[in-house]
Amino acid sequence: MGNHSDGSPNHSGTVATAGQNEVEKFQDPGIPPHRLRLADTDPKAAKRAERQVALLFGVSVVGTLIFLVAYFAIDLGDDSSIATIRLQNALLGVGTAFAMLGIGTGIVHWAKALMPDHEVSEERHAIRYEEDRQAAVRIVDDIVEETGIKRRPLIRNTLLGAVALAPLPAVAIFGDLGPRPDDKLAHTMWAPQDGKRKRLTRDPDGTPIKASDVTIGSAFHVIPEGLNELEEGKLNEKAKSVVLLMRLDPASLNPSKGREEWGYNGIVAYSKICTHVGCPVALYEQQTHHLLCPCHQSTFDLTQECKVIFGPASRPLPQLPIAVDDEGYLVATSDFHEPVGPSYWERDMHERSINS
Amino acid sequence: MSAASTAEPAFVAKTKTGRFTDFVDSRVGGSGILREFGRKVFPDHWSFMFGEVALYSFVILLLSGTFLTFFFDPSMAETHYDGGYVPLKGVEMSVAYSSSLNISFDIRGGLFMRQVHHWAALLFVASIAVHMLRVFFTGAFRKPREMNWVVGGVLLILAMAAGFTGYSLPDDLLSGNGLRIIDGVIKSIPVIGTYISFFLFGGEFPGTAIISRLYMLHILLVPALILLMIVLHLFMVVVHKHTQYPGPGRNDNNVVGYPLGPVYAAKAGGFFFIVFGVIALMAAFFTINPIWNYGPYDPSPVSAGTQPDWYIGFVDGALRLMPGTFGDWHVEQIFFGQVFTFNVLLPALVPAGILFTVMFTYPWIERWVTKDDREHHVLDRPRNAPTRTGIGVAGFIWYCVMWAAAGSDLIATHFHVSLNDVTYWLRALFFVGPIIGFIVAKRVALALQRKDREIALHGRETGRIVRLPHGEFIEVHAPLDEYKRYKLVGFESPEVLPAVPNEHGVVTRKEKRRAALSRWFFEDRVAPATPAELEAAHGHGHAAVESTEEAKSLTH
Repeated sequence: MGNHSDGSPNHSGTVATAGQNEVEKFQDPGIPPHRLRLADTDPKAAKRAERQVALLFGVSVVGTLIFLVAYFAIDLGDDSSIATIRLQNALLGVGTAFAMLGIGTGIVHWAKALMPDHEVSEERHAIRYEEDRQAAVRIVDDIVEETGIKRRPLIRNTLLGAVALAPLPAVAIFGDLGPRPDDKLAHTMWAPQDGKRKRLTRDPDGTPIKASDVTIGSAFHVIPEGLNELEEGKLNEKAKSVVLLMRLDPASLNPSKGREEWGYNGIVAYSKICTHVGCPVALYEQQTHHLLCPCHQSTFDLTQECKVIFGPASRPLPQLPIAVDDEGYLVATSDFHEPVGPSYWERDMHERSINS
Repeated sequence: MSAASTAEPAFVAKTKTGRFTDFVDSRVGGSGILREFGRKVFPDHWSFMFGEVALYSFVILLLSGTFLTFFFDPSMAETHYDGGYVPLKGVEMSVAYSSSLNISFDIRGGLFMRQVHHWAALLFVASIAVHMLRVFFTGAFRKPREMNWVVGGVLLILAMAAGFTGYSLPDDLLSGNGLRIIDGVIKSIPVIGTYISFFLFGGEFPGTAIISRLYMLHILLVPALILLMIVLHLFMVVVHKHTQYPGPGRNDNNVVGYPLGPVYAAKAGGFFFIVFGVIALMAAFFTINPIWNYGPYDPSPVSAGTQPDWYIGFVDGALRLMPGTFGDWHVEQIFFGQVFTFNVLLPALVPAGILFTVMFTYPWIERWVTKDDREHHVLDRPRNAPTRTGIGVAGFIWYCVMWAAAGSDLIATHFHVSLNDVTYWLRALFFVGPIIGFIVAKRVALALQRKDREIALHGRETGRIVRLPHGEFIEVHAPLDEYKRYKLVGFESPEVLPAVPNEHGVVTRKEKRRAALSRWFFEDRVAPATPAELEAAHGHGHAAVESTEEAKSLTH
């Protein structure tokens, strides 16, 4: 913009020439003149383009052959390794890619280099014509008139009522998609059965854990005794009852009133199901005593009874009260004192009924 | 009978193809259709191809998906794996997971088809999203295409639904955790959440019903709805004819482009094969969803750094950004003994709700603000609608912040920063990002408009510096030809529409709001250059050219 130095007025600003540009707009010069391509003027270039297109179609044939060879020549026997599968997958893909890209680029090249490239202009038509609209209105009026629905409100009203009610069975018939929730979410396998307390066992093999195995700083992934022996609903039970077991210096735990006896020698057990949306809170930071949920990064502080210190969870992880049985194995003295996992509408109601 | 003999002699085809065509035509009347569409004109522009990519991805999804259904078994019954993948031999798993592994390892080409299917699905949603951005930023949603914009939005939602239901089918650890999150979100719905969860899963999570139910949705209901919407979408494209970019010879009353046959059909048809080829290349070389690495679903383990498919990311990110507690105040609240899980409910519903509501209603908002009831077939260049471009960028950035939040843990580990800091920054950007984006995008658009004016009036810079006899240096500007200039000046520039009283002579409150919005939209405005301004500039430019010639003659 160096040539502005001669003091001429600067026209590049935001001069809003409101209302004026209606009258003095630039005239549309029309479609630019068509420019001929090389292939239009030079027969040699056209011939070359033709050969290129044919070559691309030839590439496609090669691709198809690669695919077929890879499919039939590579055997996925019982002893096939990952490398074989990887090779076959790559060759099938390359074959398909050549087969498809050959055809695709060939056709596009053909269209761009050899087919006529004159831009043409076509008039748009009105989407609706006034004549049609009036005719349509007349037809609708006639139809309504012939049914007589305006003159016979009894028919209209009973029909409306019937049609309004008719979909109800269609909704009701889905009633057996699932059972009623009742209080199923409020209970887990940890509740003592016939007076016998459930042992804490290792996930996934189900071997019981001795209190003496749990050294300070260690953490165990725990499932209830008997889970692996369940015939059905194993995953449903596991989804509620998995627990993390950790041992801290007893002095660093700060149990609240009524929960002093829920741990044993600094060993505490907390539900592993995040109170946010239910991911397993699988990460234990031994140094800071934090539990971290890898899904949405909710962070719970073990030394404050798993209170939420960061992230989207709003409630602490439920604690499982534990003790030691006669043989030195860890057992749950009762079920959780609140429903585990993500919150739901009736959750508080269930918690109150558990504790009453 | 005699009447028949006096009738015009019937057409007799001479070639084999002709006879065949005539057979079909005389039974279904194809010649009328061919006459109507055979030479229909389509405008050409690279940005019109995103919609095509979406359509072709869907075709590829149907092809590869059909293959997969022949081998996939959506049962959640327990089985012990006995297939070609050694590390999982003998492991207890669902039949669905086992058959997915068999497709990957024991069926020739099965892994390839799985890869094609998954990549095509990712591309399907992505191309719909980019196509919608193109439509938004160029104003293609304006009358008469508002309804087609809505159909497109429904297609985006359906594409995400198709993707999510398919993602869960292999019943691997990763997708199972995805379902668990969905279950948690559903349970947060007030009053009916628990029931919906039990009805969806056929009881408690995970149950044994969900995979076969999702399978039915994935291969029947959702694709059928997508197909229906695609038919509607394309039908409306035919009714409206395609939009075109502004330029010489193009206006709202015509379509300038190539005829369907042969050029456009060849390009579009060839493009299908190109899309297929590119997806095949990705499937050949880039692993997607290696389910054998994750293992079967088990509610206990989860691996860090897990990610949903990209299109669900923004909801997951919103879930991560929401704080569950403010100090000791819990976002989850109990009223009348019932639980309101706001820490899940708000992020899961509100951002997506706002995005989709604004998206669906935007054509009507702009129509109301501009009082513009004309048909628009010529697109806006994004710079020529600065406020709309700003709004679009703000929405895009808002989406991207949430999307980035879905990878907050990966951002933290890759860049060696604190995870908590990443979350705090993204929380701030969630609110500030769109505002900055709006301001910057609008300013950039206005600046580009000024540049266009400058070029239209003074020509383009040639980079040639010339010294005048009196010692002044100037850069020679080359004037534009009228076609190039028209491209820069031939656009509409709406102005602020002040509030107008209604028929009772009252300026309603609604009208006042509309006027305020109109001011916000069009207050900052760069008017297109006019011939008069060019005339004024031309005298000056002419002098420059003359001086150049003088300068030239001096050097001789």
